[in-house]
Amino acid sequence: MENLIIEGSPKTPEVKFNFEEGSLELKGRSIPENSVEFYQPLNEWIDSYGAVAQSKTTIDIKLEYFNTSSSKCILDIFKKLEAMNGNKTEVSVNWYFEEDDEDMEEAGQDYQAIIGLPFNMVEVDEI
Amino acid sequence: MLHYFLYHYICEITVPMSLSNIYGLYKSLEEQSILLSFKGVVTSDLLTSILQIIETKLTEMEESPKMKKKVFNVLVECLQNLYHHIESDYQANKKKGSVDDEYRSALFLIEKIEEGFYVRTGNYVQKKCSKELEEKIKKINSLEKEELKLYYQKILSDGERSSKGTAGLGMIDIARKSGNKLEYEFVDANEYYDFFCLNVKID
Repeated sequence: MENLIIEGSPKTPEVKFNFEEGSLELKGRSIPENSVEFYQPLNEWIDSYGAVAQSKTTIDIKLEYFNTSSSKCILDIFKKLEAMNGNKTEVSVNWYFEEDDEDMEEAGQDYQAIIGLPFNMVEVDEI
Repeated sequence: MLHYFLYHYICEITVPMSLSNIYGLYKSLEEQSILLSFKGVVTSDLLTSILQIIETKLTEMEESPKMKKKVFNVLVECLQNLYHHIESDYQANKKKGSVDDEYRSALFLIEKIEEGFYVRTGNYVQKKCSKELEEKIKKINSLEKEELKLYYQKILSDGERSSKGTAGLGMIDIARKSGNKLEYEFVDANEYYDFFCLNVKID
């Protein structure tokens, strides 16, 4: 299956979904007015991946900012991964946040409270 | 008082201006340490430009990275609220033949204060939506930090999403990130609209 690579823009994150490695990464910022439109191909990729998943799948969320419209879409991604976890693949989430960025750390905790996937909270100097 | 503050700028800008009034407007913006103000129709391109300008300004200022992020986050939500809600209200009232373009217009200001920043917005809201919006803000303002976090999680996990992808989380997020109560007022504008004024303090 093909990888999904999308370059970042001032309002949308860089996307690197790699089939061989079973690794999904969102990096940068996600603040589009219409997030549903942006996340549509990501959801489709994950749906296809579910059928042929690697034995281990990791998703790295390395976001500096995301708006509330994106927060729903990110939740949808986690829900899809949660549904495939333990089936064909073991899914884990790495949630990155910058030192002192309590808001982004809390955002990770919000998802952790809602989603039944293992979350690693990773503090870094700079995303 | 809140609406007076916002109306002050609208009047200054929309009333035909003598040349000396331009100086008066400049001085008043300067004295209040307004980093950026805008009155007009909020479009996607405009949002992109405003956010880029503010981000550059914030980078040049000696604020903590944490403060800069909070301000940027609150701005994104406030501006996108304006963008999404004004258009839907406008389209709804247009069908009734009761509006002109003025009602698509909004006011936005970002002001530097001693302890941090103020983000102020003003926009027309359909009268029938005012009540619901006010109830929502009252609910948000009644919650403490931890309760607000749980409320956000609840709306995030059960909430429906509109066709535009807005999730009803905007105001909750603004309150959470700012760490302050939302200051607001509805001013009776005419039989169809109220003018909704919002002040968000970030400190």
